[in-house]
Amino acid sequence: MVTMSDIEHALASPTGERAAATPAHLTAAVVADATRERLLDVRYAVVDAPPGPLVVAATDAGVVRVSFDPPDVAADELARRISPRIMEAPTLLDDVRRELDEYFDGRRTTFDVALDWRLVTGPFSRRVLTRTAAIPYGATSTYADIARDAGNAAASRATGNALGSNPLCILVPCHRVLRSGGGLGGYAGGLPAKRILLDLESA
Amino acid sequence: MQLPPFQAVYDAHRDVVWRFIVSVVGRADADDVFQETWLAALRAYADLRDVDRLRAWVMTIAHRKAIDEHRDRARRPTPAPTIGDDVPGDSGPDAYDGDDPLWQQVRALPAKQRAAVAHRFVADLSYADIGAAMNTTPDAARRNVHEAITKLRSTWSP
Repeated sequence: MVTMSDIEHALASPTGERAAATPAHLTAAVVADATRERLLDVRYAVVDAPPGPLVVAATDAGVVRVSFDPPDVAADELARRISPRIMEAPTLLDDVRRELDEYFDGRRTTFDVALDWRLVTGPFSRRVLTRTAAIPYGATSTYADIARDAGNAAASRATGNALGSNPLCILVPCHRVLRSGGGLGGYAGGLPAKRILLDLESA
Repeated sequence: MQLPPFQAVYDAHRDVVWRFIVSVVGRADADDVFQETWLAALRAYADLRDVDRLRAWVMTIAHRKAIDEHRDRARRPTPAPTIGDDVPGDSGPDAYDGDDPLWQQVRALPAKQRAAVAHRFVADLSYADIGAAMNTTPDAARRNVHEAITKLRSTWSP
């Protein structure tokens, strides 16, 4: 005699296709369709790099974020600050991923990808980061020099804050800014990461 | 109120959506219905207000794509194949035989009962959420499940 609960138990026990996870090609297809229909405001990829995994995110305007945060933390920040319409889309970030790979291989000294500066909050921060972007590969500057060049020699703390909240780590090379005495200062990715980047560029 | 990243919604619910769709329309048509479900979800996402019921929300969309639109599409006349074309076999739910016999019987049930069973046992939804997904009352959702199980009980043996 088959009881109701026999049936319920059998229905609730995954078998065959119902035990399977979503096929990977479908996730790629959803992202591709969503991109074609312009339904995604932000796309991101996780990139393996010597200083640790990076989350690289882009809008239609360009790369908007390079973060040392874990992917879920980085995605939360982007959802809050730009748009919740965000998905992981590795193949759509091929250009910046290739440039980063070349940089970490020592084969690239400047980046050509378009940048979206919208996460830079104020005009002073923007001047600090614009000045920082001009520090050549292999060279360094100091917080005091950047503050002066950004138009406010007394604003070394604000300069430190602007560099500390640089949304475009590595592409805007805030790791090239050191303390006046030669100390490393700070870094969003941690000081070992800053050391790795400086050593890479001095090789 | 802050919407989580869409990727987080997708990661949390894609497998349950996938299994629901496979259960209701069969594996052969599941790819298309799955993609349509998530694109519709993404289109509606920015206007979503009830962040606490994301699973019920996405299952409502999956239900619409799997039952309503899938049925409409099946009703539309398909062009007759030209002689000499490779004629594919019938890929309707009833012809799907890569599945266990119980679920083949589920897919022979009326659409409402079939969907209610999948919502209940594959997606593990409450009757309130099943009612919301099917645009009916929790009581009607419960009746659909009950009638389905009564019917299966007369035809199925383990």
